[in-house]
Amino acid sequence: MRVTSLSQWLTKKKAWGVLPFAIILFVFILLALCAPLIAPLDPLNQSLLARLKPPGFFANGVTRWLGSDELGRDLLSRVIYGTRISLLVALLSVCVSGSVGTLIGLIAGYRRGWTEILIMRAVDIMMSIPAILLAILMVAVLGPSVTNLVIVLGLTRWPRYTRIAYAQTLVVANMPYVTAARLAGARMPRILFHHLLPNILAPLVVVATLEFGLMILYEAGLSFLGLGIQPPTPSWGAIMNAGRDYIASAWWITVFPGVCLFLVVLSVNLLGDYLRDYFDRRSMTS
Amino acid sequence: MSNKSLLNIDNLAVHFPIGDGLMRRANGYVKAVDGVSFSLEKGETLGLVGESGCGKSTLGNAILRLVEPSAGHILFKGQDLAALSPQALRQARFHMQMIFQDPYASLNPRMSVGASVGEPLLVHGLLKGEALRDRVISLFERVGLGREHIDRYPHQFSGGQRQRLVIARALALNPSLIVCDEPVSALDVSVRSQILNLLVELQRSMGLAYLLISHDLSVVRHISDRVAVMYLGRIVEMADRDTLYRQPLHPYTRALMSAIPDPVSRARRNRQRIVLSGEVPSPSNPPAGCNFHSRCPIAKDQCTKIAPILELKSNGTQVACHLVE
Repeated sequence: MRVTSLSQWLTKKKAWGVLPFAIILFVFILLALCAPLIAPLDPLNQSLLARLKPPGFFANGVTRWLGSDELGRDLLSRVIYGTRISLLVALLSVCVSGSVGTLIGLIAGYRRGWTEILIMRAVDIMMSIPAILLAILMVAVLGPSVTNLVIVLGLTRWPRYTRIAYAQTLVVANMPYVTAARLAGARMPRILFHHLLPNILAPLVVVATLEFGLMILYEAGLSFLGLGIQPPTPSWGAIMNAGRDYIASAWWITVFPGVCLFLVVLSVNLLGDYLRDYFDRRSMTS
Repeated sequence: MSNKSLLNIDNLAVHFPIGDGLMRRANGYVKAVDGVSFSLEKGETLGLVGESGCGKSTLGNAILRLVEPSAGHILFKGQDLAALSPQALRQARFHMQMIFQDPYASLNPRMSVGASVGEPLLVHGLLKGEALRDRVISLFERVGLGREHIDRYPHQFSGGQRQRLVIARALALNPSLIVCDEPVSALDVSVRSQILNLLVELQRSMGLAYLLISHDLSVVRHISDRVAVMYLGRIVEMADRDTLYRQPLHPYTRALMSAIPDPVSRARRNRQRIVLSGEVPSPSNPPAGCNFHSRCPIAKDQCTKIAPILELKSNGTQVACHLVE
């Protein structure tokens, strides 16, 4: 049929359009995984003689492709190691907030009654507080560290998943196959994880992808404010924060991590959009 | 009614509160089921007919306690289901299962059909591994499907095949009662009789009792032993199938029967059609007295005041009407 072939053609075109961004993301993931193999120098090794050198600076038989920072550390190596921290924190916080939020939303949608009222009002309250403000507050109390950063981001972002999981569960919980499972004697955990979760997962995956981009930004933001990753550990936000003082004389310290940040977040968001369209089409045709 | 019956429904009512605001204070009630009593014997099929919204599906759900009854008793093998704890209910449901209207929504799309059919056995801890697989294969064969179907997913099956799978799942625990809620109304006409014949055949071999809920009078006639007619949450007439179809007594039943198209018999084609005027009243505000009086062609003054009760008439039919002798 013409209609299907047209939609297939559109799908293919869209998949090709999203390919470069998938490649960019893949390269950054590779950088994060193989940082020690790829980075030319130790990201923590200082050299006060080579302070604030511009990109392409050559000394002692090494070229500093992206220049050096205020303590003479190689910027390229710091950005590569920074990828590691940025992606790791984003991944872990998406895992924490995604699993917590989804579980709570499933329970609210399946149990209904008072459980539903309590959980969904708590979600409303959480959503009305600016997440970055809450994160700053919690880091100030807990103290800055990678673990605390993950906990803080996880605990501030769960309501987004809860809302979607809840709304989807309301629909799926009324399906006859869920009733059949209850009649078969299945208890709540089995119904939640075997019958409800697999059938509400698609929109949650899309949200998780979009949130992943946001979490990279949050980590950078908190680190930029000095509340995230602490020196000398390199993360994109922390490098940019340190470069702020020298932005007039040494622009490269701020610009290169910023460009990386931009590329990764853009790629993740475009992939998320693509996934959403992909699942949408599937839900319409099935 | 004797206590030896498999299922004894006594004055069952399901009233849904009409909510209001945050505290869910009830402003009124939708009386979906309003005082229904009947019994069902082992191996018997009771057809439950009525138009959309008359409460027949709610009644079916209430019997399995999928919705909570507001009043009345459900005696199943002498045990009152309405009073059971969740734990005891889980054990009691062992013997009762359900078949749903929409075969496309009755199977989890993310689970292989073998896993769906075997789930009741698995969650009750009866069988696992190879033994479970063997039992699932024998269930598949029982409903006319092959062992090669076992690892497929629901979207690979047609509507009729899916309904066979749903039946296989319902049979897994060897139940004695199956509530069939419109089991064939979503199926092609060509597949309907296959599914109905399968239900009849399984009833004979396994001694199953069916509560067959349907709006389709010909389906009910095909496989029921007795038929109950529901209107606005109450049973208005209950009789043997043949008696009911040959000689309907309640004015509502007569109107229903006259609506059956009959291409064969000229005499019946030329018979008088009883056309009811108006719409079914809202179950949140049913008419006083007999709740059918607002549409009844023969209503008298007393019908607007006193609600008739289900009484045994001379030909063995139970009818709720002041004017039927």
